[in-house]
Amino acid sequence: MRVEGKGLIDRSRRVTFTFDDRRMTGYAGDTLASALLANDVRLVGRSFKYHRPRGILTAGSEEPNALMTIGTGAQAEPNQRATTQELFDGLVAQSQNRWPSLARDVLSVNDLISPFLGAGFYYKTFMWPRSFWEKLYEPFIRRAAGLGALNGRNNPDHYERAFAFCDVLVIGAGPTGLMAALTAARAGADVILADEDSRMGGRLLAETGEVDGKPGHLWAEEVLAELAALPNVRLMPRTTVTGAYDQGTYGALERVGQHRPREPHLPLECFWRIAAKRAILCAGALERPIAFPNNDRPGIMAAGAVRAYLNRWGVAPGRAVTIFGNNDDAHRTAQDLAAAGVKVAALIDSRTGIEVKADYPVLTGGRVVATSGRLGLARITVQHGGGTRTIATDCLAMSGGWNPTVHLTCHMNGRPEWREDIASFVPKPGAIPGLVAAGACNGTFSTAGCLAEGARVAAETLADLGMSATKADLPRAEDGAYAIEPLWHIPGKGRKWLDFQNDVHVKDIKLAVQENFRSVEHMKRYTTQGMATDQGKNSNVAALAVLADVSGRGIPETGTTTFRPPYVPVSIAAMGAQAQGKGFAPQRFTTSHAASVERGAPMIEAGLWYRPSYFPRPGERTWKEACDREVKMVRSAVGICDVSTLGKIDIQGPDAAAFLDFVYANTFSTLPVGKVRYGLMLREDGHVMDDGTTARLGETHYVMTTTTAAAGPVMRHLEFVAQVLRPDLDVQMISVTEQWAQFSVVGPRARAVLNGVLDTPIDDTSFPYMGCGAVSVSGVAGRLFRISFSGEHAYEVAVPARYGESLYRLLLAQAEVLGGGPYGMEALNVMRIEKGFITHAEIHGRTTAFDIGMDRMVSQKKDCIGQAASRRPGLLEEGREQLVGLKPLQPASRITAGAHLFDEGAATKRQNDKGYVTSVCWSPTLDSHIALGFVANGRARLGEKIRAVDHLRGVDTTCEIVNPVFFDPEGGRLRG
Amino acid sequence: MAKLIALTPCAGLLPVTEGSVTLTEIEMDRMASIAPFAGKAAAVGKALKKVGLGWPAPGTSITGKGAEAAWFATGKALVIDADVPDLAGLAAVTDQTDGWAAVRIEGAGTLDVLARLLPVDLRALAEGGCVRTVVGHMQAHVTKAGPEAFRILVFRSMARTLVHELGEAMAGVAARG
Repeated sequence: MRVEGKGLIDRSRRVTFTFDDRRMTGYAGDTLASALLANDVRLVGRSFKYHRPRGILTAGSEEPNALMTIGTGAQAEPNQRATTQELFDGLVAQSQNRWPSLARDVLSVNDLISPFLGAGFYYKTFMWPRSFWEKLYEPFIRRAAGLGALNGRNNPDHYERAFAFCDVLVIGAGPTGLMAALTAARAGADVILADEDSRMGGRLLAETGEVDGKPGHLWAEEVLAELAALPNVRLMPRTTVTGAYDQGTYGALERVGQHRPREPHLPLECFWRIAAKRAILCAGALERPIAFPNNDRPGIMAAGAVRAYLNRWGVAPGRAVTIFGNNDDAHRTAQDLAAAGVKVAALIDSRTGIEVKADYPVLTGGRVVATSGRLGLARITVQHGGGTRTIATDCLAMSGGWNPTVHLTCHMNGRPEWREDIASFVPKPGAIPGLVAAGACNGTFSTAGCLAEGARVAAETLADLGMSATKADLPRAEDGAYAIEPLWHIPGKGRKWLDFQNDVHVKDIKLAVQENFRSVEHMKRYTTQGMATDQGKNSNVAALAVLADVSGRGIPETGTTTFRPPYVPVSIAAMGAQAQGKGFAPQRFTTSHAASVERGAPMIEAGLWYRPSYFPRPGERTWKEACDREVKMVRSAVGICDVSTLGKIDIQGPDAAAFLDFVYANTFSTLPVGKVRYGLMLREDGHVMDDGTTARLGETHYVMTTTTAAAGPVMRHLEFVAQVLRPDLDVQMISVTEQWAQFSVVGPRARAVLNGVLDTPIDDTSFPYMGCGAVSVSGVAGRLFRISFSGEHAYEVAVPARYGESLYRLLLAQAEVLGGGPYGMEALNVMRIEKGFITHAEIHGRTTAFDIGMDRMVSQKKDCIGQAASRRPGLLEEGREQLVGLKPLQPASRITAGAHLFDEGAATKRQNDKGYVTSVCWSPTLDSHIALGFVANGRARLGEKIRAVDHLRGVDTTCEIVNPVFFDPEGGRLRG
Repeated sequence: MAKLIALTPCAGLLPVTEGSVTLTEIEMDRMASIAPFAGKAAAVGKALKKVGLGWPAPGTSITGKGAEAAWFATGKALVIDADVPDLAGLAAVTDQTDGWAAVRIEGAGTLDVLARLLPVDLRALAEGGCVRTVVGHMQAHVTKAGPEAFRILVFRSMARTLVHELGEAMAGVAARG
């Protein structure tokens, strides 16, 4: 029910929304919760386990009951709190965990059988028969219990991540936070003020007390206007700081698009990482309920929330309101309601000796011992000094006291400390380096106290940063004492609810203790208290107070469970923003990409690069047909392939040669200028790290190539060697992978193609096998290397990348005239297997130079990385698995990569394993399947038979062990 | 003889404007990395001074006559759009003109856009100040090029991802209105 003349809503702007398909209206400035209460909706959800009818309990992000699914279709978002969901035109809200409707929910039968469903019931009741648990019991329990459900569709919404930096992060914009931010901002500090509400001001928006002689919300507005005008202040409303992390980094979730209709590109949420030199926590406090019998009926609410709905949103949550509390603060609710003309049916104070003059009945020493009303509160029964009486009421505002919001101070495993005078936990100073708590979250509850503490802590923080605060006059405000007498639970018939969200009541705690789950952490796991989306914000302290009571210990001794980030639920989509789909990693494209795609080449990912797999021609039905043709084309005419993705590292300096001798197993100081040499790089442990070719362009100038996959790791390795292992060597290096577009031109007609694009033709004398040098490529200064990864007469020609696409197209045109064309990764792989060339399939990290038959390359005339370790006896044993070729006895028989090798006649079990297959292909050149693999003592077993057995794919092929170089072992074609 | 046609890294991708922020490609004329050999830093600085530049301190750049020397990494600088003097025996000089995609992002809100992708406080940069950082998952070199303008260099092959990610961030910021 709206109350005329109250609230900070904009009554000139009506907003239409639907709740469970009912059209309703509210005003701009409403939350979904305030609008529902204004429409006299009290029943808003069904509880987790027992499907009990539940209503709105709070007015903030701690809300355990009023969880809604907001939106429709793929954009529906479950478990949104009605108390933080701002109202907008067209908002669609659905209640959850009910069927077929909220008022008639079939599974509310659970509540009738609740004696069988106590804490941990499923550990006991559903033990037999064992196999039923996974198939029947668990799926059923999961269906029956729960909150909102995901819609299972791909999320089309946008999310963001962002970074922010500041001197002082002020968390919370209530009186303390505003005062702290103002003090810090006026001193010139770079300030971020973050608050989870849509409107800043905190409790000042919910109370009637004055600040500096004006209504609190007006004072807040003035402060905010001053802050907004300062260039060194950033105001972040709708932003919940969710976690405190190392080095002054805070996580924060900003609601960007959830309070308005969807717009293209507008992110729904933004996950911030805020790096703050200092932080001031002004997070306020949360009111705790009292555990009296059946204290969960719709209409029973936190007293501070009732006040907030009245003062901020102009809504009376009931027509005859009762108030039940154990502290002075509860009285304010009664005063405000009465002043607004709402009927106060009674004020019940559990304390005795309280004197209150009021126009409404005041029952001191009172206890609410029973409530009734099926889908909403109708009556309460009160025991008090004068006896027992039943009061008709549709709203009960309860207050068990206030819990400082200490959560963030505990994110680095700090434990809060118990303060007897306010019967609450307060933060332990210094629990988060650089963060200080102030105001209500530090146990200071009066407005004047909060303002003073905010200013004082900000001044101290500024001093800590080497800045000084100008002394500001503190605004005048209410400075009442906070008197409280602990009241945790009230005996009586009926369940006394503690955790509304997880349906945990006092008896569950008793049961946990009875079962010897006495530690607070064990109690939590046994009962699930404090586990769901509200993380026990309403129930933790009361639950552990009951635990302390039942187990005969004190509260400080019992302690709290561990508060962990995030403070409020954070959608994974927000944390993973920008990484949806292909955003997970950059895509790297070669200069020839468009030309390859134009020819229909399917692209495969090689590291981050996209490379053409094969180039299909009309009539070819499979990749293999294209691949076979491309291999034959290259071996008979000429093929073009973009090899720019290989790592290229420019190495210069007086000690460049010595440096290469140190990082390579073989020697490069003896390489003549204008020549290329194959190099093998070892790790410190003597195993092979990478291979490639290195060209000597000048006396002190080399260019190294690495494999595509290892370009980054090799660069890192070289930097490590230069900076850490051999700082004595005068050498400089930088990646030039991206600078040069490089194409291999391969096949008997390679030179003819090249001479079609080079300004000066080459021949065997000017460019012999393994020669290199500068060339002019159609007017552009380029480089030419005569190297081969296919066994053919081949070159790699490089030009600055801007010319890459043009040169690629030109080379293709020339090649096609000569019966050649492009070839892809498949053909490249076939040709290298035919030649026995290794890739990271063979140098996979566990093989040595000895294993791959290159031990003689590990020079003994000089030291190099890995040399000493490679000499270890275990790495040089004949019995080690050595690289061999494998050829099936029947050429058409398939060998599969990953197959294991067994001697003929031996059982194909682990103990008889003789090796494994690393690379396989169909060789169109040899008309046979062929493979590379490792066989124990393989080099001594050439000509013998061995079985390649693939247990996974069910392939069993008898092979002959052969030399890994299947094709042209003499290398005549290379030099031809 | 055919002549080769040059294409820039962001050919066909830019310019893009979202709200008040514009992303354009910078066409590099020349760019070389300079890495002095041991004990030769002073001599290299002297040589660069002769062409109106100098050796840039970490995180800074020196501009003169349309040319620029920008700090690039420990012991490395980029010389942009200038004739590199003969540094034979003094420094490793490597052509990087084609290795990097270079874009300029500018306009009101540019800092907000970059805050979506770069984990550094760019407000701390003075004009000409530069930093090595990441843009999303891409390593980058970023220079403050104007009051609300930055130059970003990433690997040439990642140009499309750079434009896409900056474009998405620009659209997201613009949509907030």
